[in-house]
Amino acid sequence: MKFARDTWLIFQRQFLLLVRQPVWLFVGIFQPVMYLLLFAPLLKPALQASSNAEAYRIFVPGLLVLLAIFGGLFQGFGLIAELRAGVIERSRVTPVSRLALLLGRSLRDVVSLIAQAIIITLLALAFGLSVFIGDLLLAYLMLALIALMTSALSYGIALVVKSEDALAPLMNTIAQPVLLLSGILLPLNFAPGWLQGIADWNPFSWAVDGARALFAGDLGNDAVWQGLSVMAVITALAVVWAAREFARSVR
Amino acid sequence: MIETKGLRKSFRSRQGREKKSVDAVRGVDLVVAEGEIFGFLGPNGAGKTTTLRMLATLIEPDGGEANIAGVDLRTNPGEVRRRIGYVAQGGSTWDESTAREELVLHARMYGLSKAEAQQRAVRALAAFQLTEYADRKCKTYSGGQRRRVDIALGIIHEPKIVFLDEPTTGLDPQSRAHMWDEIRRLRAEGMTVFITTHYLDEADALCDRIAIMDHGEVVAEGTPAELKREISGDVVLVAIEGSAPEAAGKVLETEPYVTRLEATDDGGLRLYVNDGARDMPQILRALDAAGITLSSIELHRPSLDDVFLTKTGRSLRES
Repeated sequence: MKFARDTWLIFQRQFLLLVRQPVWLFVGIFQPVMYLLLFAPLLKPALQASSNAEAYRIFVPGLLVLLAIFGGLFQGFGLIAELRAGVIERSRVTPVSRLALLLGRSLRDVVSLIAQAIIITLLALAFGLSVFIGDLLLAYLMLALIALMTSALSYGIALVVKSEDALAPLMNTIAQPVLLLSGILLPLNFAPGWLQGIADWNPFSWAVDGARALFAGDLGNDAVWQGLSVMAVITALAVVWAAREFARSVR
Repeated sequence: MIETKGLRKSFRSRQGREKKSVDAVRGVDLVVAEGEIFGFLGPNGAGKTTTLRMLATLIEPDGGEANIAGVDLRTNPGEVRRRIGYVAQGGSTWDESTAREELVLHARMYGLSKAEAQQRAVRALAAFQLTEYADRKCKTYSGGQRRRVDIALGIIHEPKIVFLDEPTTGLDPQSRAHMWDEIRRLRAEGMTVFITTHYLDEADALCDRIAIMDHGEVVAEGTPAELKREISGDVVLVAIEGSAPEAAGKVLETEPYVTRLEATDDGGLRLYVNDGARDMPQILRALDAAGITLSSIELHRPSLDDVFLTKTGRSLRES
């Protein structure tokens, strides 16, 4: 009860501050829209898709997963600014739940990601994408798990390294192989066997497969429950770890 | 209100390949009474902030015990948090939030209802003369205003004890004087106030009792008056014209009323005597007889810096 209340308290505060700076929405939408406009047209011939709709069905879920990964991974920067301002220390002298300090922030990131995802989906629908609403909602659940995980990881790492100078290269180093090995931009069916073998160890490639199956309307596909389960387990681990960092971090 | 025994903390630091353990606090025993302003005086790096952060549950002690407002720090830090307020040195407000928002949020983090938190915020804003700026963003505040918000945040839940880490560092003299008044007001409301400071005049004028800390240890404890009384008598500062102070030192060393004598950094002498008013003419006569001319002579009551000097061998002003 106290935990839910504390989480809501932190979420409200973070959300209010976010809405006050609406520039994030523009930045968050601009890049994916550029992908939709400038990159997607290459896909129909490249994927040998029968129609634009089919090409989008492959590309849009990947794009949304990409957005969730990167959106989450770079949230730590805001936390470092809060550390420096003394806001975290101030919170840690109160009896507020440490898990709430993390979850309130991460849930804010999830909500802002889902808002972006909805806008991008609507745009893609205008370009000819078609998807069932139920499948779409499950795909959003996948995105929410990814955003929760990556933002929790980012907050945890921010609390450990405590400096933007260390966080930026670290996050880029994590994000790049994750991106290349997840089949986000192009499906890994095109990859040689060894590359596919490595990609199987990238949890996000499971997420991308699951999201693609959902966008394709293939709810019964094993990739769906596998992707969701893999994400749920890692997300839980990430949240527990990051909340511990909130409990014990020094300054 | 606060009682500690053997509280200590060391940090591991890495210098090149060598891992070193630095003892930041080496066994602090303290007793702070209810309703007093207790000051922790010492140079930067003496371990004041580390001790304060341990008492405020922000870092875990490596050893020792502490009882704060009737609660054991080691076994029940959660309950300690409810009973104390803590104001960090570097500030605690977010640029884009307003003072009112910060106060309401902070009160609610202590479990108060929304309505109660809002009432408390209104009262705190009025008490700290912030009502006028309550709904402006914190980034528009002056240093003194922002510090007042920090203190208001620290006491919004009406704690029994409030810890203030260097509350006046970086403030201009006028804001500093205001801050002293605010701190005295907290005491008048029945709060126990624990501050750290490296300002001698602050410890002297503001604190009911002080502990002097150096290299992670408490080297002296008492009221400012008691501590100064320990250094019996007065201090006479003598500056010599032309010649070096050694000659004058030789002359005065043998005078029976001089209890201690040392050279100052600016080429003068510091003499500890029992009764300055009576002994000063004798000093003048002795130097005159030896043919040494003074450029100045001053009589001082001993200050806390003299206390610090006798306890640590260094002046606080230098360290």
